[in-house]
Amino acid sequence: MIRVENVYKSFAGRPVLQDVSLKIREGSTQAIIGRSGSGKSVLMKHIIGLLRPDRGRILVNHTDISKISYNELRKIRRQFGVLFQGGALFDSMDSFENVAFPLRTFTAKTDQEIRQEVQTCLDLVQLSNVGSKSTSALSGGMRKRIALARAIALRPHYIIYDEPTSGLDPETSNTINELIKNLSHHLEITSIVVTHDMHSVLQIADHVAFIHDTRMHWTGTTEELHQSTDTVLRSFVKANEYVIEAHHSPNSP
Amino acid sequence: MSPGVLRVAQPFLNIGRFTILMSSAFMSLRELKTYRQNTLIQMVRIGIESIPIVALAAAFSGAVTTVQTAYQLVSPLIPPKIIGAVVVPSLTMELAAVVTGFILSGRVGARIAAELGTMRVTEQIDALEAMGLNSIGYLIVPRVLAGILMVPVLYVAACVIGVFGGLAAAELTGVVSSAEFILGAREHFDTFGPYFGLIKSFVFGFLITAVSCHIGYFTEGGADGVGRSTTRAAVMSCVLILVADLILAVLLL
Ligand SMILES: Nc1ncnc2c1ncn2[C@@H]1O[C@H](COP(=O)(O)OP(=O)(O)OP(=O)(O)O)[C@@H](O)[C@H]1O
Ligand SMILES: [Mg+2]
Repeated sequence: MIRVENVYKSFAGRPVLQDVSLKIREGSTQAIIGRSGSGKSVLMKHIIGLLRPDRGRILVNHTDISKISYNELRKIRRQFGVLFQGGALFDSMDSFENVAFPLRTFTAKTDQEIRQEVQTCLDLVQLSNVGSKSTSALSGGMRKRIALARAIALRPHYIIYDEPTSGLDPETSNTINELIKNLSHHLEITSIVVTHDMHSVLQIADHVAFIHDTRMHWTGTTEELHQSTDTVLRSFVKANEYVIEAHHSPNSP
Repeated sequence: MSPGVLRVAQPFLNIGRFTILMSSAFMSLRELKTYRQNTLIQMVRIGIESIPIVALAAAFSGAVTTVQTAYQLVSPLIPPKIIGAVVVPSLTMELAAVVTGFILSGRVGARIAAELGTMRVTEQIDALEAMGLNSIGYLIVPRVLAGILMVPVLYVAACVIGVFGGLAAAELTGVVSSAEFILGAREHFDTFGPYFGLIKSFVFGFLITAVSCHIGYFTEGGADGVGRSTTRAAVMSCVLILVADLILAVLLL
C-alpha cells in the first residue's frame, strides 16, 4: 500500500502541493486527475522518491521513503515501473535495447531469455516489429508504447503511468487503456494513472483523486465521481467530456 | 534569499553541489563492476576518438614552436641544437598538456554536457533513477574515469607527435637538422618534464569531465538549457585548465 500523508512542496517559494494526502490500495487502479500544471507529475515523482516533500511523508508498505538511505530507496524503486510523460526513452539505444535494459541490468537472464522477454513485452504493446528502430524514428504514440513495454519488463509490483494516452489517437488510447486494465487485473499490479483524459479514467480506474489549486480537492471511487455534486470537479469532468465528443465526432480533422 | 544574495552565493552553492556530486560518484565506485562496460565505451569516445584532432593540434604546436624558437634564437653564437633543447621541454611541460586540454574542453566537455543535459530535460535521468539505478554511478563515474585514464594517454601521444611535428618543421625550413635537434633535446632532457606534464594531463582530464558532468547533470529548462550547459561546460573547462595550469606550476616548479 502507498500512502501520501500531508505532503507540501514548493519550487522557488511557489507552492505546488499543499497538504496533499492519498491512500492507494494494493491491487487497485488509482487515477490522479487535475488540470495541466496542477502538480500531478510532481506528486508522482514524490511517490518514487525522485522529489522529496518539504513536509509530510510518503509510505510505501509502511516504509517512510524520505527517511531511508539511498540504497534502500533504490531497492524500493525496483518494485515500481514508471512510464514518464514524454516516454524518457534512452536515445543512446534502439527500441529493443530500451526494453531489454532493465532486464540486462537487474536480472541474470541469458541473451536468449532476454530476447524472448522483450518480444513478449513488445507484443503486449502491439509493436512486435519495431525493435531495431532507433527511438528518434518512432512516432509519439510508439515512443509511449515502447516506454510502457520497458516499464513492465521487470513485472513490477506497482506501475505509475504519467499521461499514458495523451497525444494518442482514440484507437491507440483504447489499446493502452485495455492494456493497463489487463495488467492490473491479471498480474495484480497496483496502478497509478496520472491523466487528464476522463475517458481513460472511466475505463480503467477504481479510485480517483482530483488535484485542484495545489490541494487534494476530491477523492473517491469512480462511481462516486459520477454522483459528485462538487462544482469544480463537475466542470473539470464536463470540459473533458466535450473533448471526448470532439474526438469521436466523424467530421473532426 | 534575495536575487542579489543568491547571485553572490551561487558560485559557492555550485562548489558545494559539485563536491557532493563527486563524493556520491566516489561512493558508487564500489559498484564499479556494473559500470565497467560504460567506462570502456567512454574511454573510446573520450580517448580514442579524440586522437586525430589532438594529433593534428600537437603536430602544429610542435612545428610552430620550432620555427618560432629558431627565429628568436637566430645568432651565430648559439648552436642550432639548442632549438631541440627548447622545443621538447616546451611541449612536454606545457603545450602538449594544455593544447590537448583545450581541444578536449570543446570536444569532450561540450559533448558530455549536451548528453547529460538532454538526458536530464527529457527525464531519462529520472527514468534511470526510477528503475533503481544510481544515475551518478551509471553516467558520471564512467566519464570521469575515462577522462583521468585517457587524457594522460592523449598527452603522451601529443608529446610524441609534437616532437615529430617539430622535427618536420626543422627539416622543411632548414633551421636545424633533425640530428642536431635530437642531439640538443637529448643533452638537455630532464625526466621531470614528462612527469610534470602527466600530472597536468591527469588533473585536466578530471577537471574537464567532472565539471562538464556537473553542468550537464544539473541542466534546467528544456532545449535552451541544454544549449546553455553545453557552452558553459566548454568555457568552464578552459578557464579551469588555465587556473589549474598556473597552480600546478607554482606548486611543482
Ligand atoms: N523541478 C521543478 N522545478 C521547478 N518547478 C517545477 C519543477 N517541476 C514542476 N514544477 C512546477 O510545478 C508545477 C506542476 O508541474 P507538474 O509537472 O506536476 O504539472 P502536471 O500536473 O503534471 O501538468 P501536465 O498535465 O501539464 O503534465 C508547474 O507549475 C511546474 O512549473
Ligand atoms: Mg505532468
